[in-house]
Amino acid sequence: MIALLKRNEALWLFVHSPAAIIAAVVAIAIILGATFAPWIALVDPYDLSSFSLFDGLLPPAWEDGANPKYLLGTDDQGRDMISSILYGARLSLFIGLAAMAIATVLGVSLGLAAGYYGGRFDAIVMRIADVQLALPAILTALLIDGIARGLLPADIQQELRVWVLTLAIALSLWVNFARTARASTLVQMNKDYVQAAIMMGQRPIRIMFVHIFPNILGPLLVIMTVDLASAILLEATLSFLGIGLPADSPSLGTLIRIGMQFLLSGEWWILWIPTLFLVALVVSINVLGDFLRDVFNPRLR
Amino acid sequence: MAYFILKRLIQSVFVMLAVAFLAFSLFRFVGDPITQMTGVETSVADQERLREELGLNDPFVTQFVRFTGDMLQGDFGFSYRTRQPVAEMIADRIPATLELGIVALLISLIVGIPAGVYTALRPRGVVSQTILMTTLIGVSVPTFVIGIMLIFLFGVQLGWLPTFGRGGTVQIGGWESSFFTVDGWRALILPAITLGVYQLTLTMRLVRAEMMEVMRSDYIRFATARGVPMRRLYFKHALANTMVPVITIIGLQFGGVIAFSIVTESVFQWPGMGLLFLESIRFVDIPVMGVYLVVIAFFFVLVNLIVDMLYVAIDPRLRVKDAA
Repeated sequence: MIALLKRNEALWLFVHSPAAIIAAVVAIAIILGATFAPWIALVDPYDLSSFSLFDGLLPPAWEDGANPKYLLGTDDQGRDMISSILYGARLSLFIGLAAMAIATVLGVSLGLAAGYYGGRFDAIVMRIADVQLALPAILTALLIDGIARGLLPADIQQELRVWVLTLAIALSLWVNFARTARASTLVQMNKDYVQAAIMMGQRPIRIMFVHIFPNILGPLLVIMTVDLASAILLEATLSFLGIGLPADSPSLGTLIRIGMQFLLSGEWWILWIPTLFLVALVVSINVLGDFLRDVFNPRLR
Repeated sequence: MAYFILKRLIQSVFVMLAVAFLAFSLFRFVGDPITQMTGVETSVADQERLREELGLNDPFVTQFVRFTGDMLQGDFGFSYRTRQPVAEMIADRIPATLELGIVALLISLIVGIPAGVYTALRPRGVVSQTILMTTLIGVSVPTFVIGIMLIFLFGVQLGWLPTFGRGGTVQIGGWESSFFTVDGWRALILPAITLGVYQLTLTMRLVRAEMMEVMRSDYIRFATARGVPMRRLYFKHALANTMVPVITIIGLQFGGVIAFSIVTESVFQWPGMGLLFLESIRFVDIPVMGVYLVVIAFFFVLVNLIVDMLYVAIDPRLRVKDAA
């Protein structure tokens, strides 16, 4: 067992980092809970007939007057908090992952091409990246969302809300991927294997994605985890601001927004439990990102 | 020096033109301005006449030139939602956002720079480790959650500070300021801390990294050997050389402060530009969105220009290079 661990350096580092282990456990637990929400959750928060107003505002199980059926209490509509949070985390994670995937594909393609071709294409892509980097991501996402609201008719709006949000977040996060992919590609361009592939007359697309791409994967993986955390935070912030998802399909951010109404009353769980989940999710993804960075960058160790 | 500033000025003009173009495209292509201005009972012929009168049938370039010209004269058009001039709406909101942003930046600098210096000089101390752990949490917790926590603790539980609005303000030549009343300051504290925390962690980490770099350099070692008092060494010799990157970060942070003030203003119902921008997005009030962009870009450009000039003032090496 130990021999096996020593051979796999990343695994060896992992079992010796308590922070990384805790973060991984928390992240995996939330991801599994969110994925299997329809089978685990007590009630379906989107289905009005599955919960009842009579169960409204019940505190968590350990407080007085609780119903042990609802472990973390219920909100004012009588929805089980655990169910709302699992479904909310499901939406948050879905949007975060989808936005990160789009940003990765877009950013990596542009970065690879910019590094490979250089010249005018490189200059244009990098100028756009510079300008966007000067704007904070939240401003870009808000702006894209606002433009989408103006362009799309109101009835399609609601249906496409999740995708508009995903795209707005993706378009405000692609820059990191493009810059990293470009910088790593420039390093690879001078290596013999790339020059050989060019000499052999292989098509640029093949050289970029089959030869160079696997060799720049390490740094990209680090950015993917960090940006997943940013994407989830961005979605939560937009939903909290009331620009993101509406109250009938709540993400974690929307739940916190709803919980704010109970800030002044005694029902603390409606606000603080979703908040705790969001922070736990983001912190554990960030810790894992830090861990990956250390693994891929031995100089920092 | 003059050449350098002139070059930066010309660059800034181009940036502003690009932003104006973006705002113009928003106005022109996202939704039809005529349908926004007229009601359902307006006939098609009247709509066409209005279109012609407003010059919306003119060539694209002519329209853009006219749009930019109007903006330069302070004519920013009318809001679709409130039918008021956008210039007035934004001007009313600027003091609130600027005062909030300035206090947040000051908090970030006044706490961040000493904390950064301290943690760089005593990296293994218990206090330093505690500070570093706290900033790690500060980076991971979203701004709006920090705001809610502060409201809950100081507003609801302890009842010390107000949790929304600006409190008492004083009019000074059209500038509505909350700097001159106790009430105004009380209302300002929580939002300013919320906005400043994230910037504070950035400032601290940067100053810490720079300071550690400088402390390793030869001239510091030489000054130590020569017996320069430690206090003088740290704060005069070492800190002076960390100022250039610190000024850069102030310029960059200004952007962050403005952007995150949207979130902070929403949490605290602070009547600034950010809140106005959010409302304009919700109601697809394109003219307000466009002008907000232009105004924000103008502040960005202005701050960056000042930062560039400060470089020259602070770092003598830049002046020598320029003279040569």
